[in-house]
Amino acid sequence: MRYLWFLLLLLPLALSPFPYYLTLLNFFALSAMVVLSLYVLTGLAGMTSFAQAAFMGMGAYATALLTIKAGLSPWLGLGAGLLFALLLALLLGALTVRLKGHFLPLSTIAWQVALYILAGNLVGLTGGHTGLTDLPPIHFFGISLDTGFRYAFLTLFLLVLLVLALYNLRQSRIGRALLALRGDALAAASFGVDPAVLRLKAFLLSGVIAGLAGFLYAHFLRFVNPTPFSLEASIKYLVMAVAGGVGSIPGVMLGAAFFTGLEDWLKDLLPLLLGRQGNYETIGYGLILALILILAPKGLWPLVERYLPSRDLGVPKAEPLSLKSPDGPRGEVVLEVQGLQKSFGGLLAVAGVSFDLRRGEILALIGPNGAGKSTTFNLVAGALLPDRGQVRLFGKEITGLPPYRIHALGLGRTFQHPHLFLELTVLENAALGTYSRTRAGFLQALLGLSRREEERALATAYRALKRVGLESLALEKAERLSVGQQRLLEIARLLASGAEVLLLDEPAAGLRAQEKREFASLLRSLAREGYTVLIVDHDMDLIMGLADRVVVMNYGEKIAEGAPKEVQRNPLVRAAYLGEEEVA
Amino acid sequence: MDATILSFLLLDGLQNGVVYGLLALSLVLVFAVTRVILVPIGELLMFAPLSLVWLLEGKLPGTLWLALVLGGAWALMARGRGALLPLVGGVGLFLLFLLAKEVPPLAYLAAVLLVVYLGVATYRVFFQPMRGATVLSLLIMAVGLHVAYQGLGLVFFGPEQFRPAPLLSGEVVVGLSWQGVLVLLFAALSLMALYLFFRFSLFGKALLAAAENRLGARLLGIRPEEAGMVAFGIASLLAAFSGLLLAPLINAAYFMGFMLGLKGFVAAILGGLASYPVAFLGALLVGFFESFTSFYASAYKEALVFLLLVPALFYQSLRARTVEE
Repeated sequence: MRYLWFLLLLLPLALSPFPYYLTLLNFFALSAMVVLSLYVLTGLAGMTSFAQAAFMGMGAYATALLTIKAGLSPWLGLGAGLLFALLLALLLGALTVRLKGHFLPLSTIAWQVALYILAGNLVGLTGGHTGLTDLPPIHFFGISLDTGFRYAFLTLFLLVLLVLALYNLRQSRIGRALLALRGDALAAASFGVDPAVLRLKAFLLSGVIAGLAGFLYAHFLRFVNPTPFSLEASIKYLVMAVAGGVGSIPGVMLGAAFFTGLEDWLKDLLPLLLGRQGNYETIGYGLILALILILAPKGLWPLVERYLPSRDLGVPKAEPLSLKSPDGPRGEVVLEVQGLQKSFGGLLAVAGVSFDLRRGEILALIGPNGAGKSTTFNLVAGALLPDRGQVRLFGKEITGLPPYRIHALGLGRTFQHPHLFLELTVLENAALGTYSRTRAGFLQALLGLSRREEERALATAYRALKRVGLESLALEKAERLSVGQQRLLEIARLLASGAEVLLLDEPAAGLRAQEKREFASLLRSLAREGYTVLIVDHDMDLIMGLADRVVVMNYGEKIAEGAPKEVQRNPLVRAAYLGEEEVA
Repeated sequence: MDATILSFLLLDGLQNGVVYGLLALSLVLVFAVTRVILVPIGELLMFAPLSLVWLLEGKLPGTLWLALVLGGAWALMARGRGALLPLVGGVGLFLLFLLAKEVPPLAYLAAVLLVVYLGVATYRVFFQPMRGATVLSLLIMAVGLHVAYQGLGLVFFGPEQFRPAPLLSGEVVVGLSWQGVLVLLFAALSLMALYLFFRFSLFGKALLAAAENRLGARLLGIRPEEAGMVAFGIASLLAAFSGLLLAPLINAAYFMGFMLGLKGFVAAILGGLASYPVAFLGALLVGFFESFTSFYASAYKEALVFLLLVPALFYQSLRARTVEE
């Protein structure tokens, strides 16, 4: 199916009598590469860059300098171009990918402007605004690619390869992790994703793709000057991507095709309408963009996609990953919490709480509202840093480790409000759990070398879905699940991750009575298999019937610990819940 | 460098810095209330002096028609009683422009009101329909509008630069014109007015509340679209005045607003897009930095200003914890 993209290579043949349209075709292919770099960055990783043209410029100037000034082969220029784009991305990325939301796009604007000014003013190196002329054409097995017709084969071929590679990436664990990261960094981190590193890698990939486009651009025109690498150009690419639909590969390609054609048309039309020459196409650009954003906020492609047949992927049949199943003597201490303390400003939310979690038990952490249960939970899971105290998992100290490190050691958590990724399928959501049990990196994913591992990961996820009884919904989008099913999916994701210690944050909230009973029996059978469960909840009926032991908190302190029956009789607990007079 | 040059550079930096500062404050305010990064603020700024020049020559500027078209769209979208404001405003603006031809005092007023009306209409027509959108979509919308307004600026006013006559001519000392003093005075007054507005008026407090917590403010009866309109109005007002006061010193042309706006951004980022005083101090820093770099390495001055961001971003990134809820 996806190999149909190779049909694009027929376009130069069809357009061969029209040299002007061949040029336009080349420009489309180059723009498409740049918007694909934005697909990686924005569509997958949820970051935005106004500096894609600057990355292009790196590729273009590097090859221009090497081929003109040093007389080297364009292929060396390609290497240098990619390297420079990579270095720039590394520099920008290292400074900015850890920042939230708007800082990255704004700072890329600033970088873009600064680099453009440098390119225009370092006359000795770049030739200033007049630029560098007479780049040699690219030779390919003795054929000189010096016409638009021949060049179009090169650009389109590389474009199709890029498209296929990015499809591979999207279907891989990396693609899933990037999408998860975009939606919810905390949930992604709780499954072993290191947000800063993964974002930086996406930024690098995006920079290199744009650098490649810049290299091709330079050898197509055989001339470079700063204009095509300006902020306006970067904005144009972003407009293409967003207007087409930045969330999908066909979307950004559609945007590139649409705007390449539109720009050409507006350039002819507007001077006629206005009776003057000038760069008026920007007006049309801006207004059409505004219109698309208001009428189709997700871009044009989702409107088209609705009418296309959707493809069924089928249920995975491969051998699941061999996860270590929980073993070890029942009753051994797996998680040890000692003197945990955390204050927010003047409020002491958790004041020196200690308890042990033993293998195969269900321990409930309860207490009235504001007792510090959730804070304790987040301290254990690594989402908050404790002021004092220690947490040990399987005897290893994990205090203050980030969630993605803790998860790798065998602890998994769910969230008070299910943190799922609604635009992914149920199966993909569960497969996110396998992230830290699989290895394939960006390069393997792009080249499609991780398929076997990927199939096994999906099979693992499917097995976990079966375990909780969601297998019939595996291929549905997660947005279609009821609250109860979402809770089950979160458990499936934990099971797929190979975690042995399960931290559940109010897992029964929003469930109906029947669902609660089923949920409780699922947890009990998991505990029998050797999983260890720490559960925070308000629901006394559920807790008292389910938990082996209960820890009760009030005002940040542990006030009681023991079997449910004992705790229920404890006067301190009764006072905390019912406000009875304290019995001395 | 001698004392004369030093004082010259300092004054120049201060004069530009306060304008960047006002822009930075506008950006922070608009962002806090509406999550829009108002990229077209530079265009709004330039529209004021350019419209003024057109009026003084007895011509109606194209910006008037733009404002009226957007006002019409606003009225259509608001319907009912809400349409009264854009309709009355639009008619009033049109009449004012007819009267203000070649009448300087009225022309200044008309130019300011035009920009404010245009700014508010921009919010109602383009940003309010997107109120549920992500910061990124809003940013891209803002960039699209910047591009469109800049292109329209070229259509309306052509590529030439204009230098309107200063309100006050002559120099106080060498390097400081009376017009420059006016800029500083205006900045000081605006800062004071903003402080009083936010500190003491109920409306100002409502705006701060809406910026702090939109849902909470809404539950207390503060309408987010009203808050957004006021934020855009204040930002446009500051931009219009800055543009009118600055144009006699640095000329006005359709393309010049963007750089000014960008430097406002740099300042706003230095302030973390959150703190008003730090953003203003950041703007002064940008101003001084720019005037000194233009003395030592004028070709690279813009590039160097943006590199100021590096330490600021680095600091922010050290502080940021990547995993947040």
